[in-house]
Amino acid sequence: MTEIRIIVCAKQIPDPEAPLSDVSVDAEKMEVIVDAPQVISPFDENALEAAVRLKEEGGGKISVLSLGKKVSDTVLRKTLAAGADELILLEDDNFENLDSHSTAAALAGAIRKIGEYDLVLTGRQAGDWDSGQVGLILGEMLTVPCINLARDISVEDGSVVVKKSVPEGYERVKAQMPALITVSNEVGELRYISRTKMLKMMRGARSIPSWSAEDLGVAPEALQKMGITALSSPPDMGRDCQVIEGSPDEQAEKLAAVFQGLR
Amino acid sequence: MDDVLILGEVKEGSLDLKTLELMGAGKKLAGELGGEFSLLLIGDSVSEMADEALPYGPSKVYKLEHPLLQGFKADLWVMSLEQACREINPKILLMSHSFMGMELGPRLACRLNTRLTTDCIDLSIDPGDGLLLRTKPVSGGNAISVFKCSGEPQLATVRGKVFAPAELGEANGEIVDIKAEIDESMIKVESLEIVREEIVALDKADVVVSGGAGLGEEDGFELLEELREALSKSFDNVMIGCSRVAVDKGWISSDHQVGLTGTMISPDIYVAVGISGAIQHLVGMVHAKKIIAINTDPGCNMLKVADYGVVEDYEEIIPALIEKLEELS
Repeated sequence: MTEIRIIVCAKQIPDPEAPLSDVSVDAEKMEVIVDAPQVISPFDENALEAAVRLKEEGGGKISVLSLGKKVSDTVLRKTLAAGADELILLEDDNFENLDSHSTAAALAGAIRKIGEYDLVLTGRQAGDWDSGQVGLILGEMLTVPCINLARDISVEDGSVVVKKSVPEGYERVKAQMPALITVSNEVGELRYISRTKMLKMMRGARSIPSWSAEDLGVAPEALQKMGITALSSPPDMGRDCQVIEGSPDEQAEKLAAVFQGLR
Repeated sequence: MDDVLILGEVKEGSLDLKTLELMGAGKKLAGELGGEFSLLLIGDSVSEMADEALPYGPSKVYKLEHPLLQGFKADLWVMSLEQACREINPKILLMSHSFMGMELGPRLACRLNTRLTTDCIDLSIDPGDGLLLRTKPVSGGNAISVFKCSGEPQLATVRGKVFAPAELGEANGEIVDIKAEIDESMIKVESLEIVREEIVALDKADVVVSGGAGLGEEDGFELLEELREALSKSFDNVMIGCSRVAVDKGWISSDHQVGLTGTMISPDIYVAVGISGAIQHLVGMVHAKKIIAINTDPGCNMLKVADYGVVEDYEEIIPALIEKLEELS
């Protein structure tokens, strides 16, 4: 069997695990302001991990696509350090705040430009807008089989077999390749990348290609922005926390009394 | 043209609670539009559920039955739903943000060239243009956004437990049969088997003892299990929960995951051990009546939303706590 070609779509977002105090909402500009470093969206990291494991098992080539108005290759180079073979940035002023449909259309343009592929992997949803649409819409646009919420992926004789999370457990499903799969976190976290490896990748002379809307054959007027009409802060979740002090033994005793009181 | 169409779901031979909630939402929106709402049921045999639905007030219950629609085969369901939408031509289509809705929504939106908003917590009609205003938490729950999109049908998936279920009343609606042109060749993803797993029903827990990255290792859950057993002597339905990170690390299965992409819960007591409290986790448990946080980081999010906090290594506290609980019980 020839080696498989995997395309992973990875989005760069402000760290969704940031402390609450680092996040604010500008209702006027309708922007969420997160004072935190940029990272790869967590479920997209799961998708990359799944891809790297497939490559380790049967060989293959992994291309990572990342779309935005401006994508930082220093954030995305992590994907190369983790085992991807190629990183392509899809950058264009028209790619700012796109809705899911337009994002999928631009990604589909990039995938068609790449040409041959066996699998497209995306995270189940992005950690900024939590929409969970781009992967499945992309699959529809590419008219390939779509599998949602994968927790395990294997390739057997030109087909892909996926353990898909379902309410009662999991379902083993099979599809011909090429196929699109959205990946859930049960796959496991992205492997640890040593600092040396990371630094080597950062300092590497390797140039990272950047494709514009025009390169993808996507007309700017076909791209739509998210239709946000209002943005507000959620209700305050804070409570008046009573911190239990003392030695561990005293703390345990006080905590046991709290439980007693709640019975 | 129908004003508001609801995609129904069936659970254990009866209408799912989420469908009753959607009918509640549908009735409200139809009222704002000065129109009516209807329900679409898809499956191999949905006649009983169609009868069951009528007293909730839909003007029509569309019944789309086909032997191939037994079980959820997404390819056939999305095809059937697409055909039904083209026939019924609804102004608004609502489905649950359920396992099925999460998959059907985006695929249908693409096929009908309309725009979907997922996981909505409120819906209303813009009186100016009659379009659907879709309120949705974004950024894991750090902000609430209202979207307005073009396209028809206006499409949204709706979070559970935010709309009150429709109330029973008089059944004045009619049942309408519709057909779908589907066959086995349309199945692109073949089901090999469904493996049933023992699933923890976290939403039924009174007390949840939950662990996260701060446990440091898989074995940490053994200590939490001991605490769970000790608490079970005083409380009913004590269960083990976890953060997303604990699942990513392979320490515990995802049915224990609490949060936006896990289970959303509101138990009497939530004990968060070594969970710093990423927003996507907090939104899943912040409605617990009492929150107890055990964490080494005094500045973590979890301590900001907790009622009681212990800033200490859990390996020091929990064995001592179990001992004290045993003494008291």
